Formats: sequence, C-alpha cells, structure tokens
Amino acid sequence: MALDPSFVGRAYPLGEPYAVGIEKIREFATAIGDDNPMYHDRAAARAAGHPDVVAPPTFAVAVIAAAQDVVLFDPALGLDFSRVVHGDQRFVHHRPIHAGDELSRTIVVDAVRVLAGNDVLTLRTEVVDADECPVCTTYSTLVVRRSG
Amino acid sequence: MTPAFEDLTVGDALPPLTVHLSRAQLVRYAGASGDFNPIHWNPRVAREVGLPDVIAHGMLTMACAGRIVTDWTGNPGLVSGLETRFTRPVVVADDDAGAELELTAVVGALDQAARTARIDITAKFAGQTVLGKARAVVTLP
Repeated sequence: MALDPSFVGRAYPLGEPYAVGIEKIREFATAIGDDNPMYHDRAAARAAGHPDVVAPPTFAVAVIAAAQDVVLFDPALGLDFSRVVHGDQRFVHHRPIHAGDELSRTIVVDAVRVLAGNDVLTLRTEVVDADECPVCTTYSTLVVRRSG
Repeated sequence: MTPAFEDLTVGDALPPLTVHLSRAQLVRYAGASGDFNPIHWNPRVAREVGLPDVIAHGMLTMACAGRIVTDWTGNPGLVSGLETRFTRPVVVADDDAGAELELTAVVGALDQAARTARIDITAKFAGQTVLGKARAVVTLP
C-alpha cells in the first residue's frame, strides 16, 4: 500500500523537551567505542570552550528517536515498520549539543516518494534549545521495501 | 591538536581508523541510542527478513565515520555537518573478532570564506564500501 502523499508538510510537535544528561552522553560515547575526553570529562570539554561535555555528532539520533516513532507508528500513515530500512541520514549542527541542554523537537514529513517500487519517506527534525535557538536539523530517509 | 585551515590541501589524508564491532557492542548501542530493532541483536529475526546474520546499526557505522573526523579535530564541536547513505550491511558474526570496519578519509573541498573543510569518508567492511557519499563539514580555527 502506497504511503499517503497528503502527509507531506505535516508537522508533529512534541510537548516535553529532551533533557540531555552527562551520563547519557558518556553512555552513548562508550557505545560507539569513543574515548574522546570531551565526551567524558567536564574539565576537558570546558578547556575547549564548551559549557559541559559535548555530544558526538550522531548523538542527535537519541534525541530524535522518540520523535520519529510518533510518525512511524502513526496508524494514519500506515507504515509497515518491519519493512523499513534506513536509506540515508544527514545532520546539520547549528551548534554542538551539550549536557544540560533542554531540547525541543518538531518533526516534519518532508517528502513521500516512490522509487523503484518502494515507498520512500523523508523526515526532517528541527531541534531547538530552551531559548528557541536552533541546535540541529536532521534529515532521515526511510525506505519501505515492497512486500512479496 | 586541531589542524589549522591554512595547513590543509584538498586530497590530504586523515589518520586511518580501524574499528571492531562485536555483538556486545550492538546491544550496548541499542540501549544507548534507543534503536531496539531485533535485526541488530536477534539472529533468528535477521534471517527471517533475509539477512545472513545480525547486522550493525547503520547509525553505529555512521558514528564510526564521524569518529575518524573527531579523532582528527580533537574537538567534536567543530563538526557542523555529517551525512551518509547506507549502501551495504555490516554483518557481525557471533565470535570474538566481530566485524572489522576500516575507515579512511580525505579533505574533499575547502571553503576559504567560511573556513570549512569537507571531509570525504570511506568505510569498508570485508573489502567493500558500506557507506555512500559519507561526508563531514568541519569548521576550523
């Protein structure tokens, strides 16, 4: 079943901001096998001008995961999650994410296309801080493999 | 030591990076990222959907692509962009060796006005590239 193109432009704001914790950044950095001191040690991060430990460039995926699930599991969209594969991913960082940030996310359906018979969905997430200043924009392209 | 923009030339290579991905690390990454898709930890489910075995999260491979850049800049906050296509799966066998990911990167372009460098990254598993058009943008002092 093709995805409904009327979803393009639909925005899903999320109420509660995501609170970035120092232990979550350390856990994520350890999970990617990265011992860069600026992910783990406040003093090292502050010596480089950061207010607290800094997050790895792909950490935003943990910030947006729940936001994306709201769309992916929206029954009105009718996505078969078991057939979804990640096609591509892009992060644009307006500033680094730090421990202590309170991040609000708005997720937008940027495009719904059909490529080689597969539904292709592009989601954009705008991440802003407590002062409404832009922090990160993410673009995720998800491919729904044709069944059968 | 963060490289200086003036010292860079298109084609310069970054220090290479080899990463070993184990089953245990996939479980750890699932927890840290919140991506619990069973194809990354359950061989039965992976085979049911046509994969040879459990595969690494694309985002974990992408994180390793980011790491070759942040190892070079020292300061991860200098990375203002990171993008890739996921072109081939990284199959992680259930043994002590796991999967070996070989990362290389070169300076692909320099923007004098913005003082940014585009870094072009290659990630190989079992001799084949697994990421397409993997690129970072770094803003240098």
